[in-house]
Amino acid sequence: MIIKGKVHKFADDINTDDIIAAKYLVSTDAQELGKHCMETISSDFSQAVSPGDIIVAGRNFGCGSSREHAPLAIKGCGVAAVIAKSFAAIFFRNSINIGLPFLESLDVDKINDGDMVEIDLTSGVIKNITQDKNYRTQAFPKFLQEIVESGGLINWVKKSTKLQ
Amino acid sequence: MSYTIAEKILLAHSGQKSIKAGEFIEASVDVALANDITAPLAISEFKRSGFKRVFNKNKIVLVPDHFAPAKDLKSANQCKILADFAKEQGIKNYFEIGSMGIEHALLPEKGIVLPGDLIIGADSHTCTYGALGAYATGMGSTDLARAYIDGKCWLKVPASLKFVYQGKLNKWVGGKDLILFTIGQIGVDGALYKVMEFCGPVIKALGMDDRFSICNMAIEAGARAGLIAPDATTKKYVAGFKRKPKFYQSDADAIYEKTYQWDISALEPLVACPHLPSNVKPVSSLKDIKVDQVVIGSCTNGRISDLRIAASLLKGKKAAAGVKLIVFPATQKIYLQAVKEGLAEIFVKAGGIFSTPTCGPCLGGHMGILAEGEVAIATTNRNFLGRMGSSKSFVYLSNPAVAAASAITGRITHPDKIK
Repeated sequence: MIIKGKVHKFADDINTDDIIAAKYLVSTDAQELGKHCMETISSDFSQAVSPGDIIVAGRNFGCGSSREHAPLAIKGCGVAAVIAKSFAAIFFRNSINIGLPFLESLDVDKINDGDMVEIDLTSGVIKNITQDKNYRTQAFPKFLQEIVESGGLINWVKKSTKLQ
Repeated sequence: MSYTIAEKILLAHSGQKSIKAGEFIEASVDVALANDITAPLAISEFKRSGFKRVFNKNKIVLVPDHFAPAKDLKSANQCKILADFAKEQGIKNYFEIGSMGIEHALLPEKGIVLPGDLIIGADSHTCTYGALGAYATGMGSTDLARAYIDGKCWLKVPASLKFVYQGKLNKWVGGKDLILFTIGQIGVDGALYKVMEFCGPVIKALGMDDRFSICNMAIEAGARAGLIAPDATTKKYVAGFKRKPKFYQSDADAIYEKTYQWDISALEPLVACPHLPSNVKPVSSLKDIKVDQVVIGSCTNGRISDLRIAASLLKGKKAAAGVKLIVFPATQKIYLQAVKEGLAEIFVKAGGIFSTPTCGPCLGGHMGILAEGEVAIATTNRNFLGRMGSSKSFVYLSNPAVAAASAITGRITHPDKIK
């Protein structure tokens, strides 16, 4: 799977309240949540995103609450993937379970806000088109790839032989 | 093989002969918890999947506590989804207001979660139950939907970190200070994807309420779980519950990725300053920080011993002019106990409000939202930017003694200063 888009750069420790504030958790609709994505720290973020854009952030992205509304809001505003140095564990599994693509890369400091990048989820290669550079990351573990390729956790469970 | 408590619990629920850190497993859960924010999404995913009945109605727990009592029409509709699903599926562990409490205080109190259990909750502070010697971990709504289907979850077995606390706690220093100290030392991702095992003589001497406070905030260091080995204190707490607990201990030669050891005898009450729980400073180093609001309660510090500490300082005193004092006990049982002991009267006479149990103010939900420029000191667990309201407000985290002392003076204050 190849994703190409413009980079929106964020710092370390972007938490789930930053991604979607609790006051908006009275909806489970991704589009509605998407309107308020990153509002606390970047008030016009949802307007600045074009479909297919990519969030690039530092360490511990998605720390805090278990709200699945956070990856849903990111998807809902049009962001196609997230690259970060590391992800908080619950955000990590929520993204897999709902099928929000992401990559862990220690090269994010080399990527600038506004760069055009292309990522290949299968090979784990990030191509920085603006800077004409390639960064290599670890591909997903096989087990997690299976879930993502099934289209999320529920589809994966439905496919599993144990339930048939 | 030698194992930590966490590994022993995961092994017992995996159906495998052995496990090791880093391995992906499928595990059977004892309890699957969700609340009024996370359950609606779990329920809609479950229904969308085409399955009709939950795998086991007795292992599912639904607690409308975040925006309950319903703060507006949208949250009322969300709460109703839980009530309807509980009725439809025959789930008896659904707690309507009146029996409802903040989930992470309510479940241990009712004996729904026990030592040795594998508990998943669509709430990050599910790690609280690790204080009982259970493996309890926060997940998302889709994980819960999946557990509703077949009672299972996927897990990557985390490596464990050991935290040994030596010495003796000073007056006004408690479990909250130990966990704030620890997060201050290792950072908000210092235990990322790890298990934190808390031990040593200081932990042994703590009561359950302090232990719950510690494990509650393991997530604030990025941990998957925070555990305390069950001992006489744990056994006394769970004695009398219907379901039988399983008491696991870590093997002497179990593998820890790292061991931290601290003598905490010199520790004074700590405060986590805006906007991260790791931004920890001794209370005496904070000079002249004026507060507009004081919040005492939550799944971290809304238990009876927390209220007793706060009341011991507030007795016969008044909150400073202009300070909004909000006390919210975590469960109905704690609420009633506080009434019986005269604590509720102390808070009301001090000019505070004594609220029904709710997560409300902690996450900027309702019952005490901060306006632009306002400053709060709270016994809650997160001080992220905008957490309790305006993105231009400020939240300091502390134990209940510091919060109560600060209510009296109107400034962040060491409890020793209150005579």
